[in-house]
Amino acid sequence: MKYSYFPGCSLKGLGRAYEESLLPVMKLLGIDLVELDDWNCCGATAYMSVDEGEACVLAARNLAIAEKTGPQDLLTPCSACYLVLNKAKHNVEDFPQIREGVHRALRAANLSYRGTTAVRHPLDVLYHDVGVEAIRQKVVRPLTGLKVAPYYGCQVVRPYATFDEAWNPMTMDRILAALGAEVVHYPLKTKCCGASLTGTVPEAGLRLSYILLKEAVRRGADVIATICPLCQFNLDAYHDQIVKRWGPARIATVYFTQLMGLAFGLDPRQLGLHRNFVPMKPLAAQPSEIRNPKSETQPNLEKV
Amino acid sequence: MNPSSTNGDGQLRIGFYICHCGHNIGSIVDCPAVAEYVSKLPGVAVSRDYKYMCSDPGQELIQQDIRDHRLNRVVVASCSPLLHEHTFRTAVERGGLNPFFFQMVNIREHDSWVHTNPAEATAKAKALAHAAVHRVRFHKPLQTTKVPIHPDVLVVGGGIAGIHAALTLGNAGKKVFLVEREPSIGGHMAKFDKTFPTLDCAACILTPKMSAVRSHENVTLWTYSEVVKVEGYVGNYLVTVRRKPRYVIEDLCVGCQECIKSCVYKEPKFADEFNVGLSKRKPIYIPFPQAVPQVVVIDPERCLKVKTGKCKQTCLEACADRKAIDFSQKEELVQIKVGNIIIATGFNLFDAKRIPQYGYGLYPNVVTSIELERLVTSSGPTGGEIILRNGQKPKTAGFILCVGSRDLKTNRWCSRTCCMHSMKLAQLFKEHTDADVTIFYMDIRAPGKGCEEFYDKSLREGIRFVRGRVAEVTDWALAPEEEGKLVIRVEDTLAGFVRRIPVDMIVLAVGMEPQADAQDVRRLFNMSCGSEGWFLEKHPKLAPVSTFTDGVFIAGCCQGPKDIPDSIAQAGAAAAEAMALIDKGCIELEPNTAYIAEEECSGCKSCIPLCPYTAISFDEAKKKAVLNEALCKGCGTCVASCPSGSIKQHLFEDEQIFSEIEGVLAY
Repeated sequence: MKYSYFPGCSLKGLGRAYEESLLPVMKLLGIDLVELDDWNCCGATAYMSVDEGEACVLAARNLAIAEKTGPQDLLTPCSACYLVLNKAKHNVEDFPQIREGVHRALRAANLSYRGTTAVRHPLDVLYHDVGVEAIRQKVVRPLTGLKVAPYYGCQVVRPYATFDEAWNPMTMDRILAALGAEVVHYPLKTKCCGASLTGTVPEAGLRLSYILLKEAVRRGADVIATICPLCQFNLDAYHDQIVKRWGPARIATVYFTQLMGLAFGLDPRQLGLHRNFVPMKPLAAQPSEIRNPKSETQPNLEKV
Repeated sequence: MNPSSTNGDGQLRIGFYICHCGHNIGSIVDCPAVAEYVSKLPGVAVSRDYKYMCSDPGQELIQQDIRDHRLNRVVVASCSPLLHEHTFRTAVERGGLNPFFFQMVNIREHDSWVHTNPAEATAKAKALAHAAVHRVRFHKPLQTTKVPIHPDVLVVGGGIAGIHAALTLGNAGKKVFLVEREPSIGGHMAKFDKTFPTLDCAACILTPKMSAVRSHENVTLWTYSEVVKVEGYVGNYLVTVRRKPRYVIEDLCVGCQECIKSCVYKEPKFADEFNVGLSKRKPIYIPFPQAVPQVVVIDPERCLKVKTGKCKQTCLEACADRKAIDFSQKEELVQIKVGNIIIATGFNLFDAKRIPQYGYGLYPNVVTSIELERLVTSSGPTGGEIILRNGQKPKTAGFILCVGSRDLKTNRWCSRTCCMHSMKLAQLFKEHTDADVTIFYMDIRAPGKGCEEFYDKSLREGIRFVRGRVAEVTDWALAPEEEGKLVIRVEDTLAGFVRRIPVDMIVLAVGMEPQADAQDVRRLFNMSCGSEGWFLEKHPKLAPVSTFTDGVFIAGCCQGPKDIPDSIAQAGAAAAEAMALIDKGCIELEPNTAYIAEEECSGCKSCIPLCPYTAISFDEAKKKAVLNEALCKGCGTCVASCPSGSIKQHLFEDEQIFSEIEGVLAY
């Protein structure tokens, strides 16, 4: 299986642990990723709210490059990129004015866009193309006993719920279960994390993050699994401020691909797990490993 | 009577009458001018205008003129033929003419009501009158045919509507077959505890009717049976009913239930349909204590003997000499002849899982209104106690209205009963538990008799009402008082802000939907459905229980959501409509049917699949199409399609239609 790959700025910066875990996991599952040549920022949600037409030009440039790269689908791990690229696609299809603007701008850069490339999220690809069974077969270190709160965030289900149910998405739940983890019932799985409000209006933004963290703790989760760099950052980076305002709600937030990597037996450091502000507790030793003292000691994530 | 005037032969003598219809026509169309114009047309012997042609003096005028002026054709320009064609045909017949030497012109709906310019409207009336006068020259005497009506009636569905229709007909001395697909009659009403707005016990008013219909000398009750085939036409239906094997001989079983006690399954294991899954039953069971017939039934999907053939069959021992259990029973197909059919197949409840944000199936203490109904019933799974799944009594409860009703994403219609049903349950809830009860509503619809008063009573009893469509039900807590509760998030549209209201139990007022197999039933009985899937009545106001198929009537919720009084009213109306046909003894068929000129038919069969009423068959011996005039509705499809022009239609002959066109163009 082969996909074009649009990492987006987050995966090269704050969210680099996402890329660090995504690439080896995909490789293990036999998926080739071809990173787009000379990709640019998707514009994120900010540009869309300033000038939708120009924002679409910015996003469509990446789509045009993807078409040039090959007929395969485009993989976009970041939820914001995923939403913005899909929104640009819809806008170009539905609104002649935006379509003309996009075509004119792309022509000036010797590019063209026909709308043939599908923009897809890793969850979609892993669940629908790879399949839960293939993932289960790669598990060498089941996450038995690990209680995970699956947190999808808002952008993969709103407004376009294309590969999962809008109200109760289940693709990540099922993948995590295939890894052997215990998936906690987490009704806030699509609630907003606060997004950029954590920086601009912390009183409102951080409160939303706090609710997510506190509820995951209350439900006995050991870790929150997320699919979005901004969600991961918000839930991970502001613990001290949150504790000061509302009290303790300490729980690690990691990418679902990091949990996949652990289950596939990859090294935690290789998966970027050392980058967390609130580190994930090490996995409990497995019964087989207790019986066999010669086996490698479990990686201590607190140390790495 | 002069034969030449009866058969319309001889010199053409047309009588023309234009009706003022009070101001309806007269204020726009210059009626005397039209009469004056028509009087000069060839063949017209009399031309008059009159204030109300449909009145007795108006009709008398026609009869007198036929006699005095030896008229042999009559044209009336007035309202729609739907309204008064029959009236004037009868008047013409009483005057001594064949009633089909008559033509009607609609200058009200087609002219005065839709035009504002008197001069143009008058010109149009003249053109239409000219067309009719032209056409009526070619009318032929026709005879209506009479078809006898079989006096027996089939009622499909044994809910309250079907039971009431069957009893009404039975009491009038008509033989009725009541067919119900479940093992017992009673339908949804049998599951209710009390009924709104009177709060009288549902079982107390239903069970007497159930036993009455079972023991009625004129009613044959077939439970666990389904209609599989319907042939024929009004007055003469041939219906095939499949009687499923219940593996118990109905006449021998006395309902002692010894067999149930001795079943190899020591404990009830399977979801009990009657208690909507809140309790368990065995493979051999009686649906509910007041079931009619009081006869056990064996579930073929669950019974080891039926499923695998391997079972100790302890039930047989328990039944002993009665020998009521019979595992050799096979499915039976029975044919019956009936003249009329009443469809009362009821409704389905909306599946609350289709709205995942309300958490049904996810949170155990989110229940549907019918589940709560079973909980409050003394014969229900908890003996009439409202309890949470952990056995405790709820201290607070929220009712969410319009679940699967008035919703563009699921069902658009109002289910009509849920407001009242929920208020009834809320009152019972308070009575049983003394809990705080809040109803979340969009609009309270309480239009029935005594219903607004019931709403008022709910308010006075302290039930709270919050206006707003609930966004979601969740179990995450924001405040300490929400811990361990279900939280309802709703925009209170009267207060103008979003609220979070924690409760112990949530009741979803699920709406009504057409039965899952409504489309199959529709095709079986040749009925129509509205876009939502409810069976369509012939006219929403004037023929609310008739369908477009003569002799097939509808009653109860299969026609649309309604409460018990309305269902019963419809059932009575359907029974009366059926009786009207039965007591008449025969039906007159309109002679505007198609007919086949046999010598011209080439036997190409192209008309056969086109007929919507399956009135055309093929005579293999003669290699000709054959038309059953009793089935033909005169739609004209076959007439237009026949490549050889060998199918013709009475009252729509080529010469009649062409001369009508000539007439309107010649003005």
